[in-house]
Amino acid sequence: MSATSTPAIRSAIGAFKPEAFAAHLASLPPLPSWWIERKRAAYERFAGLPLPARTDEAWRFSNLSGVALEGFAPAASGPSAPAISMGIKKSARLTFANGALISRETLDPALEKQGVIIDSLRNALTRHGDLVREHLLAQPARLGSAKFTALHEAFLSDGAFIHVPKGIQIELPVGIFSHALGDGIAVFPHTLVVAGENARVSVVEYFGSGGDEENQLAIGANDLYAGHGAQVTYVGKQDWSHRALALQSNSTVVRRDARVQSLNLHLGGRQVRHESLSQLQAPGAFSEMLSLSVAHGEQEFDQRTLQIHQAPDTKSDLLYKNALLDRARTIFSGLIVVDPDAQRTDAYQSNRNLMLSEDAEANSLPGLEIQANDVRCTHGATTSRIDPEQEFYLQSRGIAKAQADELLTFGFFEEVLNRLASDELHAALRALIQTKFKR
Amino acid sequence: MQPPSETLSSAADETVMENPTVGIDQTKGDFQYKVDYAFDAGTGLSEDTVRYISSVKKEAPWILEFRLNALKKFLSMPMPTHWATKDLDNIDFAKIRYYLSQGQKPKRTWDEVPDDIKKTFERLGIPEQERKFLAGVEAQFDSEAAYSNIKDIVAKQGVIFVNSTEGLREHPELFRKWFGKVIPTGDNKFSALNSAVFSGGSFIYVPKGVKVAQPLQAYFRINAENFGQFERTLIIADEGAEVTYMEGCTAPKFSTSTLHSAVVELVALKGAKIQYITVQNWANNVFNLVTKRGVAHEEAEIKWIDCNIGSRLTMKYPGVVLKGERARGEVISIALANDGQHQDTGAKMVHAANNTTSNIVAKSISVGQGRSTYRGVVHIPKHLKGCKNNTECDALLINTNSRTDTYPAITVRGDRNYVQHEASVSKVNEEMIFYMQQRGLTEGQAMSLAVNGFINDLARQFPMEYSVELKRLIDLEMEGSVG
Repeated sequence: MSATSTPAIRSAIGAFKPEAFAAHLASLPPLPSWWIERKRAAYERFAGLPLPARTDEAWRFSNLSGVALEGFAPAASGPSAPAISMGIKKSARLTFANGALISRETLDPALEKQGVIIDSLRNALTRHGDLVREHLLAQPARLGSAKFTALHEAFLSDGAFIHVPKGIQIELPVGIFSHALGDGIAVFPHTLVVAGENARVSVVEYFGSGGDEENQLAIGANDLYAGHGAQVTYVGKQDWSHRALALQSNSTVVRRDARVQSLNLHLGGRQVRHESLSQLQAPGAFSEMLSLSVAHGEQEFDQRTLQIHQAPDTKSDLLYKNALLDRARTIFSGLIVVDPDAQRTDAYQSNRNLMLSEDAEANSLPGLEIQANDVRCTHGATTSRIDPEQEFYLQSRGIAKAQADELLTFGFFEEVLNRLASDELHAALRALIQTKFKR
Repeated sequence: MQPPSETLSSAADETVMENPTVGIDQTKGDFQYKVDYAFDAGTGLSEDTVRYISSVKKEAPWILEFRLNALKKFLSMPMPTHWATKDLDNIDFAKIRYYLSQGQKPKRTWDEVPDDIKKTFERLGIPEQERKFLAGVEAQFDSEAAYSNIKDIVAKQGVIFVNSTEGLREHPELFRKWFGKVIPTGDNKFSALNSAVFSGGSFIYVPKGVKVAQPLQAYFRINAENFGQFERTLIIADEGAEVTYMEGCTAPKFSTSTLHSAVVELVALKGAKIQYITVQNWANNVFNLVTKRGVAHEEAEIKWIDCNIGSRLTMKYPGVVLKGERARGEVISIALANDGQHQDTGAKMVHAANNTTSNIVAKSISVGQGRSTYRGVVHIPKHLKGCKNNTECDALLINTNSRTDTYPAITVRGDRNYVQHEASVSKVNEEMIFYMQQRGLTEGQAMSLAVNGFINDLARQFPMEYSVELKRLIDLEMEGSVG
């Protein structure tokens, strides 16, 4: 464990003092009172909970001294967002800068007629209050970040809301851009996706900063809800500033015969904690959890996952791959929980670490808690370098070592990228990863 | 300081009815003799308890100091319930008796052992086993070794096999150097407790190049209610030496819980080999909280074969510190958890030199409401190269309400090491059971065969006698678990 002591001066609320919270509330337009009450309660929870300590199992191996809340201020809305291309065709596009909606474009006019809602959370809170209330941050924070999820709820100013009604299928993905612009700012991005019965939707979200030197705090969350027979695909591309502290908490609920695929790509950030909770609540539910990360410099990627099988005949499949360069650190801590009645569960969990440097450090904590006997649960974790024989083969064909290593690293990622149904998305992610290697 | 007042009858009668699951060794081990203890440290733990133990043993001042220092550490350390089971909070340290002894010195022949203690050991079958093939036996009855014997041939080779009190008193030059070095007092709360009140256990030294052909063996037995057993074992295999050590544990079933908290340290010097075999079958109200670790120097090999069938809660993660180049560490672990039992076992492999290899194979079986847990640490720090670890954990769940958990932690630095971990959870294959039933076996017999098949490749690594016993034990545990 690299962080053995935490400086005593660190305060549990940091810059998020009661005055800051009051100012945040004052900055909001009129919103339903239940929401304001929930925010107040969340702020109390946040302020009452301690910062993670060395004895917290959920934070084992994490660099705790890096988790500090001092010196940030919730961003005042304002600057215009930089133009970023995702390299894919989209059905709609929402752009946020410093927590404020900058633009909303519906590129497919058929959507509105079908009753699809792609809007800001603020609008949805007043126009579709019941739906939002049912799903927004409705799941328990079970992976260690209860304090930060509460902070997120307290300071959440705006986010994306996507609702696809029963039987509607959207072919092209919805694009969401979340920008944090400026030094010392804090952002609280949120995406809420509710897919009705047999609906289908895919969402691609991009997180980025104005520049790589900006010291920022990003405390984000998302809620994915897949109703009976629904299919949801979510791709998150995290490319925050290399001086950002990012804590993201994602929650997925999968109902009967529904299917959710999520893929999170981690490139940016100084210290990134990413928690993913997947709840399989009814027979036939399937959750596929994928992640790719390229960690370099002094970056720390700390990923915590929980697959909970709450009903019989459910399936989950997790594959997290990390490539580590320089002095980077990664932590993968995953847990499969099979509840006592969840017979015939099929759960898989795999963490693969590719070491590309002598100084990198990979930590794996793949866990199982099984309380039903008729199950198939396996997990695996491996940590190794590039296979010297494969490297030698490429070199013998005249390919330079650096290029051979890059090819083999992409080969390592390909197993994850191949799980995506969309070739276009596959190519776009590949290109984005390449930019990191070129830096 | 009163002698215990338990009587023999109650425990023996109830065995079969009350605890049908613990089977074979339980009928052997679940009996108790009224013993008049000459030395009894009373209940509760204080500086006086520690001073009492030390004075009864006529220890050198440095040992008393070591004990008192350990007591301070024990009292200052929190219970590790932030990661371990809350069941630990049910241990009442104030109600435990920390030292009981009849004041006997270890006897060298069976005839010299007092009759009542002999009766206990005869029921455990120790002399027969010794006659068969064991090179030496050290049996511990409550706090002190009651009987020990090394066959002449082993003694002639210069092997020292004594209890911890004797070892520290008569061979301080050999044992003090390593005593408490592999497992520091403050390693965990229970190693600190052991360091404060330890008594009994084996001290073994195998000289350079000596290969002990037959296994050395120890039996541990708790006879008194509310008693805590804190034996301390240190085995040193000098350069090129080889030794196998086997221990077995039993206790009668008392109505209140009992604590067993041992510390076992192994030192394998250059090229040495130590194999340490445990078959733990405590009654299922014993808290079994044991720290076991070995240091393997250059080209040395340490292998733990750890089998846990008894106890209410076992927390035990045998470890190897791979200190010298090309050292090798291995843990073979079998755990069987039945109703009311939690087997929290695993392994620790700390790589500290280049080209070291480690292997962990753990298999657990959960029956009824039993819970088995694998917890492991594999650590490969900075700038090492050529280190390899392989970990395999398989869990078998017999009943619908059985439970299993797996919590490994793997840290690897650098790009020149290879680590792989795999775990699986499954139930017994129905087709296999169907096939066997179709060939005339009952469902219970088929289930027993399947479970034995599941651990067969590990059980084969046990000495014959133990693997036969293990198989019978599993047959009995499986009785009534199906249908």
